Amino acid sequence: MFDLLGVPPQVLFGQLLLGLINGSFYALLSLGLAVIFGMLNVINFAHGALYMVGAFVAWLLLNYLGLGYWWALFLAPTVVGLVGMVLEKTMLSRLYKLDHLYGLLLTFGLALILEGAFRHQYGVSGQPYPIPDLLKGGQNLGFMFLPNYRGWVVAASLIVCFGTWFAIERTRLGAYLRAATENPVLVQAFGINVPVMVSLTYAFGVALAGLAGVLAAPIYQVSPLMGSNLIIIVFAVVVIGGMGSILGAILTGLGLGLMEGLTKVFYPEASNIVVFVVMAIVLLIKPAGLFGRER
Amino acid sequence: MTAASQATAAASLRGPDAGTARTALLFAVGLTIAALAPFALYPVFVMKVLCFALFACAFNLLIGFAGLLSFGHAAFFGGAAYVTAHAVKVWGLPPELGLLLGTAAAALLGLLFGAIAIRRQGIYFAMITLALSQMVFFMALQLKFTGGEDGIQGVPRGVLFGVFDLTQPLTMYYAVLTVFVFGFAVIWRAVHSPFGQVLKAIRENEPRAISLGYRTERYKLLAFVLSASLAGLAGGTKALVFQLASLTDVQWQMSGEVVLMTLLGGMGTLVGPVVGAGLVVTLESYLAATSLPVPVVIGAIFVVCVLLFRRGIVGEILARLPGRKG
Repeated sequence: MFDLLGVPPQVLFGQLLLGLINGSFYALLSLGLAVIFGMLNVINFAHGALYMVGAFVAWLLLNYLGLGYWWALFLAPTVVGLVGMVLEKTMLSRLYKLDHLYGLLLTFGLALILEGAFRHQYGVSGQPYPIPDLLKGGQNLGFMFLPNYRGWVVAASLIVCFGTWFAIERTRLGAYLRAATENPVLVQAFGINVPVMVSLTYAFGVALAGLAGVLAAPIYQVSPLMGSNLIIIVFAVVVIGGMGSILGAILTGLGLGLMEGLTKVFYPEASNIVVFVVMAIVLLIKPAGLFGRER
Repeated sequence: MTAASQATAAASLRGPDAGTARTALLFAVGLTIAALAPFALYPVFVMKVLCFALFACAFNLLIGFAGLLSFGHAAFFGGAAYVTAHAVKVWGLPPELGLLLGTAAAALLGLLFGAIAIRRQGIYFAMITLALSQMVFFMALQLKFTGGEDGIQGVPRGVLFGVFDLTQPLTMYYAVLTVFVFGFAVIWRAVHSPFGQVLKAIRENEPRAISLGYRTERYKLLAFVLSASLAGLAGGTKALVFQLASLTDVQWQMSGEVVLMTLLGGMGTLVGPVVGAGLVVTLESYLAATSLPVPVVIGAIFVVCVLLFRRGIVGEILARLPGRKG
């Protein structure tokens, strides 16, 4: 077998695939963050916790109601979205007129509550979640082995990401949304119910996190701590990409996942911090982020 | 208007001499209580409060007076704890040099972080500091000298200046109290200096401060380094008190905790963080004895603070005192 840059191709492509999967999750989460930030001007610290809740809803559905993966794929994001809508209506909506930092602090508190509650109930060890029967097994691509489920995760998140991009950039609803981001008062004067739109936006953003949680459940185990470390990386992704652009959030997420995978191959010790190093470099060169606008 | 400015509008309107006598009296009373506290309470507990109070005061210098929310102060606190612990335990240095090295390390880290983070404002600043501190966490997890999951245990307290034997609880206590008073005095001096006034101006309206000819970046960076150094001083002291430096000190939860202490006590007030630190440490040691999950309670306090009283305890009291309408 030939080697690429001194690394066996199975290892290289295996890590690249892993990076692509991580990147898909970064993309889904940073996309949700960007959508929420655009509309609410809130950085949703609870995003990681809601991703964890999504995975747990899937796990609970399977273990208590016997509803499998495909049900969970639909139900868990719905549940997370509804939770998000309640949080937005009861708490976040009181803070819009204040400094943005309060939104960050509030959602930080919510993240602690959610994570602490699940941790109290289920401990820190992960709960296994089986891969659905339809997606068991894998394909031999010649240069590497591709498990079906992992291929599905990458494909599904890409479809969702670009679907969201299309909905926001190319449809009438998306046009309302973008208009309301620019000038909510004027859009409301045109007869569009902006408060409801804000709630729905938040619900949609966190539902994306819930969906990511379900997709992640069979790959990583379902654990109360799965969201907290991820969210910090996603914050770094958001800083690198800049939050001005939906497409930017998606591409940065995928790109950084791949970069992390490559680092795991060539210099594994740095794989944990490579995203943060990239963030520091980007900030020094282009403070607004790769796709961002300074405001 | 930034977060803290709303909270401190009342506090900062204080006249130059009207409250001076009262303030001096207040501090004399506070110092007396602190000096007598170890006779009534468990000294290690009071020392813990003092370390976290200094940590929170250092953090507050940034959010309360410069309007910068750092979500990565655990890096300075924990980083300095590691350096102090290593210097004292492995290199056998006396505690005063250990503390000095820890503080210097935190200052250096602060300079590095600050130079990167002040390029963005508001929420981005918070996210950047959080990400950078997470990098420090991973380094603490992987580097050899930090001892990974075990941390650095059994740090000797040693003999301060070759005279004071810190293994005696009371001697240790008064040493910690001295460190705290020193740190607090530095913050007091900084806030009441022209430098502090410029910081407040930046907090209220940065473009205007720039147009007046101030190089706001330098002021912000200096405030960041000062805050990081004092957080490091608190962390190094904590390593000596508990004879331990561990991953808990550098974790992001620690950064969150110091935010909570400051928010609960009152952002932008000088004594607020002290009150907040006292309350949070007391609450945590109380909760540890019950079966209630600590993060849930902490998170709930966060939510209540943000929704109901954003000025914090001290901020609310100041706002309600007669003659100090904000």
